[in-house]
Amino acid sequence: MNIYDIIFYLFAAITLVSGFFVVSTKNIVHAGFYLLFTLFGVAGLYVLLGADFIAIVQLLVYVGGILILLLFGVMLTNKITSVDLRSGTSYIIPAVIGVGILWGALTAVLFKTSWRSKAPSGMDPTTSEIGRLLITDYVLVFELLGILLLVALIGAASIARRDKE
Amino acid sequence: MIEVGLTHFLIVSSALFSFGIYGIITRKNAVMVLMGIELILNAANINFVAFSRYLNLGLSGQVAALFVIILAAAEAAIALAIVLNIYKTFDHVNVDEIEKLKE
Amino acid sequence: MLTEFGKIFVFLLVAIIFVAVSIFIAKLIRPVRPTKEKLKTYECGENPVGTPWIKFNIRFYVVALIFLIFDVEVVLLFPWALSYKEYGFYGFLVGIIFLVILAVGMAYEWRKGDLEWARPKPNIPYLKKIIKNQTGEINQLQSEESKIE
Repeated sequence: MNIYDIIFYLFAAITLVSGFFVVSTKNIVHAGFYLLFTLFGVAGLYVLLGADFIAIVQLLVYVGGILILLLFGVMLTNKITSVDLRSGTSYIIPAVIGVGILWGALTAVLFKTSWRSKAPSGMDPTTSEIGRLLITDYVLVFELLGILLLVALIGAASIARRDKE
Repeated sequence: MIEVGLTHFLIVSSALFSFGIYGIITRKNAVMVLMGIELILNAANINFVAFSRYLNLGLSGQVAALFVIILAAAEAAIALAIVLNIYKTFDHVNVDEIEKLKE
Repeated sequence: MLTEFGKIFVFLLVAIIFVAVSIFIAKLIRPVRPTKEKLKTYECGENPVGTPWIKFNIRFYVVALIFLIFDVEVVLLFPWALSYKEYGFYGFLVGIIFLVILAVGMAYEWRKGDLEWARPKPNIPYLKKIIKNQTGEINQLQSEESKIE
């Protein structure tokens, strides 16, 4: 068991334990903070998979942006006076059974499939190669993402602003 | 103990996916449902990046993961704006009780 | 042999261990005499009023939203900026079209006033008159708030 494996198990444990707490804790703000650790653990897994740029993007966009937006959502959708940040749950036992069956099926498929895996390549920097792909193969997607972001910006701002008039 | 390989990462991602599904099924608060969706998107992303490293696909998997992260950002922005409007209209964000499209 | 991320990992580990050890040592040697005053939430010396779980102003959300979208834009421009030179003018054009599309969104937000914080109109008090008594002291200051249009 080398150092790579130890670090993998560390980050996998961070991801899964805090992911479990995200869906099991009652307090929504606590769930948001556990989600921080889950996203951080996933960023660590990306680093172990040799995806340095994706790991940094995960930290920049998910931890620095989406999570903050989610916490704003929590803060904006709860009453001022009554501290009712608890989130109700429903159908716990059927959900546990169904999700357990789902996970069992997924892992069974994982082990049954013979992946045509190759020896992992080295940990080269990927950023400029991703840029090359964005300019050549995925250039249409790149421009469409610009339009998507434009639509998201205008749409979300006008939905959120609607109370003024 | 066997060396960490593709299967290990896939097991982690399938467990994360299951947690996300569980969160979506059991929670009533719309923001919590969104957090479940974020877990699912992260699980899918781990799969993309893992396949990009261990299968013979080049870096396309990482580019796909980048697109998923960006789509998740746009989705979170729009979804939370809608949730804020739901809160303004119904005074709660309980997804089980929101059944009218119009007042 | 450490990679660059390995250095970051070691740095993280050292940071966590440093904080944990210093808190643990402080817990060992400090006296524990809690009073009601000490346990109160620290709010710059003031007595805390109300609950910290307050509702935010919705303008914070709009600002966070604009931040997120342009954050994503910068993230997409990083790989482009590293390798557009290899493709000459075509590579340059790809990024410029992307930037122009998002500049439209920027112009929209600017036009709609989302980038400006709605400032409250200032109420500046001014002296209306000063009444002096026989000793010449200033007895009463009548001030009145007025709205400056």
